[in-house]
Amino acid sequence: MFNPSFKGGVHPPENKKLTEERSIENLSVPHTCFVPVQQHIGKPAIPVVQVGDYVQVGQLIAKADGFISSNIHASIPGKIASITNGPTPASASGLRIQIETHGNFASEKTPDKIEWDKLPPKDLLEKVFDAGIAGMGGASFPTHVKLSPPSNVKIDVLIINAAECEPYLTVDDALIKRSYKEIIEGIMITRTILGVKNVIIGVESNKKRSYKTIKEYLKKIGEKNIKIPMLKTKYPQGAEKQLIYSLTHRTVPSGGLPMEVGTVVQNIGTCFAIQQAVCYGTPLFERLVTVSGSLINKPGNYKIRIGTTIADIIRECGGLKEQPHKIVMGGPMCGQAVETTDIPIVKGTSGLLFLSKEESSAGRYANCIRCGRCVQACPINLLPFEIAANIEISRPECTERFSPLDCIQCGACSFICPSRRPVSHFVKVAQDYIRSKR
Amino acid sequence: MDQQIYTLSLAPHTKNRQNLPVVMWLVVLSLLPSTVFAVYTFGMHVLLVILTAIFSACAAEYLFRLLLKRELTIFNGSAAITGLLLAMNLPPMVPLWIPAVGSVFGIIIAKELFGGLGHNIFNPALVGRAFLMASWPALMTTKWITFPNGTMFSSSFNAYSVLPQPALDALTGATPLAALKNVPALANSFNVHSQYNIYQTLFDISNFKALAIGNIGGCIGETSALLLLTGALLLLFTRIINWRIPFSYIATFALLIFAYYKLTGFFMPYHALVYHLLSGGLILGAFFMATDMVTSPVTGKGMLVFGAGCGLLTFAIRIWGGYPEGVSYSILLMNAAVPLIDKYCVPKIFGKRKQA
Repeated sequence: MFNPSFKGGVHPPENKKLTEERSIENLSVPHTCFVPVQQHIGKPAIPVVQVGDYVQVGQLIAKADGFISSNIHASIPGKIASITNGPTPASASGLRIQIETHGNFASEKTPDKIEWDKLPPKDLLEKVFDAGIAGMGGASFPTHVKLSPPSNVKIDVLIINAAECEPYLTVDDALIKRSYKEIIEGIMITRTILGVKNVIIGVESNKKRSYKTIKEYLKKIGEKNIKIPMLKTKYPQGAEKQLIYSLTHRTVPSGGLPMEVGTVVQNIGTCFAIQQAVCYGTPLFERLVTVSGSLINKPGNYKIRIGTTIADIIRECGGLKEQPHKIVMGGPMCGQAVETTDIPIVKGTSGLLFLSKEESSAGRYANCIRCGRCVQACPINLLPFEIAANIEISRPECTERFSPLDCIQCGACSFICPSRRPVSHFVKVAQDYIRSKR
Repeated sequence: MDQQIYTLSLAPHTKNRQNLPVVMWLVVLSLLPSTVFAVYTFGMHVLLVILTAIFSACAAEYLFRLLLKRELTIFNGSAAITGLLLAMNLPPMVPLWIPAVGSVFGIIIAKELFGGLGHNIFNPALVGRAFLMASWPALMTTKWITFPNGTMFSSSFNAYSVLPQPALDALTGATPLAALKNVPALANSFNVHSQYNIYQTLFDISNFKALAIGNIGGCIGETSALLLLTGALLLLFTRIINWRIPFSYIATFALLIFAYYKLTGFFMPYHALVYHLLSGGLILGAFFMATDMVTSPVTGKGMLVFGAGCGLLTFAIRIWGGYPEGVSYSILLMNAAVPLIDKYCVPKIFGKRKQA
């Protein structure tokens, strides 16, 4: 009851039952993959292959362009069929490298594990960069950037985000249950790269089994510097600044980064990817995705190659019960609705939801009744209803004094609104207005 | 290639089930115990008063919006709540045109003319009541029910009392708060040599029991403290109302009342405190009317300030004012202060540095 937490927040229906008890399954490798060269903020990668080239799994196909950018690797063996524009999560028409299966899979054998603790941190970081690892939680910021803070910044705590506060999603939970040893090793590698001693893992209280698994393993190996307090189950517990506050009571300044309060936050899935990259040299070409929602026939936690289209995933997961009202990439609270099933999954896709009209929100909204629930729910202490009211009457210039730029777009205000107003949407409009003016 | 285009929208893609109609009908549900009890104790006329108030409120809103070609909103239940709350604030035996006029005035003048639900400054039910109070004061202050056997509280009441029968009748003819306010006047006119006996009669244990259960004179919906609190618990539990307003309202009021009686050297300060808390419209007002979402502050701090203001004004009116009861006027006055309160109670933004 007194688990650490933050101020505000909401309790959306969890809907994790659909996939909670399902262990990780490998989805069949698709015939064709469309790998976007831009999978997150930063610069798109530059293709290093030509149409007609043959590639192996894990072969570099696009190179990072600059610091905030990451490498991209082939997710299936085959022939580069085209490098053209098409729908991606980031844009309706982004550059995608199309790979068609060709050749055999026999070469996919696990190499021997290397002893990473003999390597200097610099080499470890380089392996992370080479593997093209980006945050697996959703925002997918390139991991090597987060792991190389400027030399004048002192980091003293590494925070591992396993809160998984989004409804439906169970990938982190499933991953912990299966690969807790690898995750802890990944955490130790990350800790070495950053040169910090203390680690805190944040797990919400609704994932008791995962919590116990890690706790017992840490006890067994006698690791004292990795702590795992159980967090209150509340959305958005996994939002970076809220998580830092819940675990350390440090407040990241408005507009600032976690490193300003001496912390770095990594998703637990990212730690697993780091372990794979450092120990086995495996680049990031596949990831875990929770495929869920009431309309998919076989919901579950699947290991899927990056670049697999939604259409292929639907086919492999037993098809749809009926036409969904919405298809959402990510979680229902801050995921992204997509318009077509031709979109491929990317490094940051943690969930794929097929929602019916009843499950997903849509439709008409009423007047604001000033109930103040958005104010109570806002983890940042904004007055969301005031921003929304000004946007509604086309006065975006009046929203600046309510600081819409501090909004983290968690969607708690829209969720809680009894008048069903798209409050966070209005706030987004205000943000775009203010940004465009600057 | 899949040609189907799916619905696009910004996140979130899920919504709380508790939407506006659900909120409004839960409020109605929470008032139901007190309403049923009122019909049971005061008789069928009360049912007619309640139905008239609800019907006129809904009809007024429906016709007005129809006339102005606005979206029809009567099914969200807010007009029904206005009617019900107004009826609960009327004496039981008022003629039926009183609730009708009050509802229509409240809905049209206090709500629809401001732009409908969400834009009104004052609580429509209370505006309706204030209008009736100002226009037909006699009807609004005399139509009480006197309980049988010449007692207003319980049948054994007379046995404890040393008061002459006419004094008792004068006490029992009105509401508990009016009785309390009348004590000095009564002492004069009936030549009871000290007010002591009258107070002791009022603060009899059987009276407190009656105040809690509700078989006592008063407005339709305000008499039963226990049933009102039951409904309030439902609203608190479903998070429709926030604890801050009722808490700071009642706490401020209790503190001031107690301090007043203690400082003036009154001989039964604890009794007076409990008597004040249980009687009149305090519980109804604090939990069901001051908490009206539209007309109360939105921030946590603002809610505390608002409640404290209501408590202070209620105390002042009850002790020094001309009326025995001041809940509805206090809330209306504080409604007017809400924009000001909200302006000065903006919460500190997470992580925001102090601006120089």
